[in-house]
Amino acid sequence: MHKAATIFRKEFRGYFVSPIAYIVISVFLILSGWFFFSTFFLFGQAEMRSFFSLLPVTFSFIIPAVTMRLFSEEFNTGSYELMLTMPVSSLDIIIGKFTAAAAFVAVMLAPTVSYGIFISFIGDLDWGPVAGGYAGALLLGASFASIGLFASSLTRNQIIAFITGMSFCFVLTLIDKMLFFLPEGVLNVLQYMGAGFHFQNISKGIIDSRDILYFLSICFVMLYATNLVIQEKK
Amino acid sequence: MLLDGQPYREIQAHMIRIENLTRYYGGTCAVNDISFDIKRGGILGLLGPNGAGKTTFMRMLTCYLRPSSGNITVKEYNIHEHPLQIKGLIGYLPESAPLYPDMLVYDYLKFVADVRNIEKARADSRIKDLAGICGINEVMHRPVNELSKGYKQRVGLAHAMMSDPEILVLDEPTSGLDPNQIVEIRDIIRKIGKEKTVILSTHILSEAEATCDRIVIINRGKIVADGATDELKRQAGSDYIIHVSLVHGNFDEIRQALSGVPGVSDVALAGSDDGTMDLHLACSGQRDVRPDIYEIIKNNNWPLLEFYRETRTLETIFRELTRGN
Repeated sequence: MHKAATIFRKEFRGYFVSPIAYIVISVFLILSGWFFFSTFFLFGQAEMRSFFSLLPVTFSFIIPAVTMRLFSEEFNTGSYELMLTMPVSSLDIIIGKFTAAAAFVAVMLAPTVSYGIFISFIGDLDWGPVAGGYAGALLLGASFASIGLFASSLTRNQIIAFITGMSFCFVLTLIDKMLFFLPEGVLNVLQYMGAGFHFQNISKGIIDSRDILYFLSICFVMLYATNLVIQEKK
Repeated sequence: MLLDGQPYREIQAHMIRIENLTRYYGGTCAVNDISFDIKRGGILGLLGPNGAGKTTFMRMLTCYLRPSSGNITVKEYNIHEHPLQIKGLIGYLPESAPLYPDMLVYDYLKFVADVRNIEKARADSRIKDLAGICGINEVMHRPVNELSKGYKQRVGLAHAMMSDPEILVLDEPTSGLDPNQIVEIRDIIRKIGKEKTVILSTHILSEAEATCDRIVIINRGKIVADGATDELKRQAGSDYIIHVSLVHGNFDEIRQALSGVPGVSDVALAGSDDGTMDLHLACSGQRDVRPDIYEIIKNNNWPLLEFYRETRTLETIFRELTRGN
């Protein structure tokens, strides 16, 4: 795990060396802050539920933008050859890159804690659902990061990686919102597959092992698929 | 200890053993059933035209690509079972040194040291040493994407040498460098080759001739020649050519006189201009035929303008062996 940790440090620092981190974090904070506070005072309720309910959609295009370069850039510049010929396994590389992307999501979310602090000054905020919401947001972010990582491993073109990752994330976000188009027999299955459905449960403060298992399963399946793609390239 | 049925002692005498190595890209065979051994120490030059399979071979040796069939054994490690151990023994510089563009040179080398498990205390002194050896002291705190190609190549070399590996694999280490940089990098490689096993691929035949102890020529994925430079020249046929320029008009007379010299296999007219004739005398064997040729020229009173011996260059041999590629 030492090598995965080294790759994590390199990748995590890499976000902040280029302007991409600052642009992505700014866009995320402006969008989420704008949509959250534009309706917050209308409802007059001291809660952050509407902030969390927006996250699946926002993350669907923000996170693939963060992860699109992880493998694509390396394939394009050829640095992947240098990386893989050092004494590291492809698993070290995948875990290092994935954890760096997930940590970046945490850093991106960190400033939004100030929303909760601000609300607690003007109202009686229940921190339980807020903590659950952040736990869910981290799980959702990690799942989308694993999807973005997988998309990035498929191509050397970052734009294609972004569009592929975003499409995957949007399908998972919206699948449980389009159930009325679908036959009754598959409703439960498709609803269970929806990231939005599971995230809503957690963001209400309901910690259900099925939801946690769902997000962890997405991470596992996507990282495993990434490993298969990487092995196939050899 | 037995490894694939062979005694460990026997394998240990060879640093690297390549057995029936084959690699396909789809339906195209890039490396076709090659086998050879590489001993500890010395510089092995891998020559071949574009697309001959040199880079594919190097990528398999460094565990970047998996062979379609065949095996590579480095010391006691097998490429299929112990890729991490093999990667630990090899320092690799891919063609055109594809480094991370956004990183500072120092940060990049620090990262490499960390991946190669070099302790923090030792890493700094190692980076300092390598900066001196590779001549990158003045660019240590500049981003890689601002470096010239020559400096990138040097940083790549420092990357490859970081863990002081037993084997150094360099894919066209001097491509794109200016003549001064080529000489510097070549000197570094020669110094390393005294202690370590160096495998380098190059298109520059004079470089291989000047730097390498052993040359392997690959064409269409197969080995077409393997040996020390002099050995290769001997294998390739007649040993040398003698150039003679004379002021004389009758080529038939000259040919008759010179072809009688033992050791001269052919007399060819290379060109003629204003009464002068340029002749190429193909010679073979250990005996020096020049005194006999000079004696004939002197006895016939043919005015002599030029007379020198040209050893067959590696370039001629390379062209002959890779003809039709």
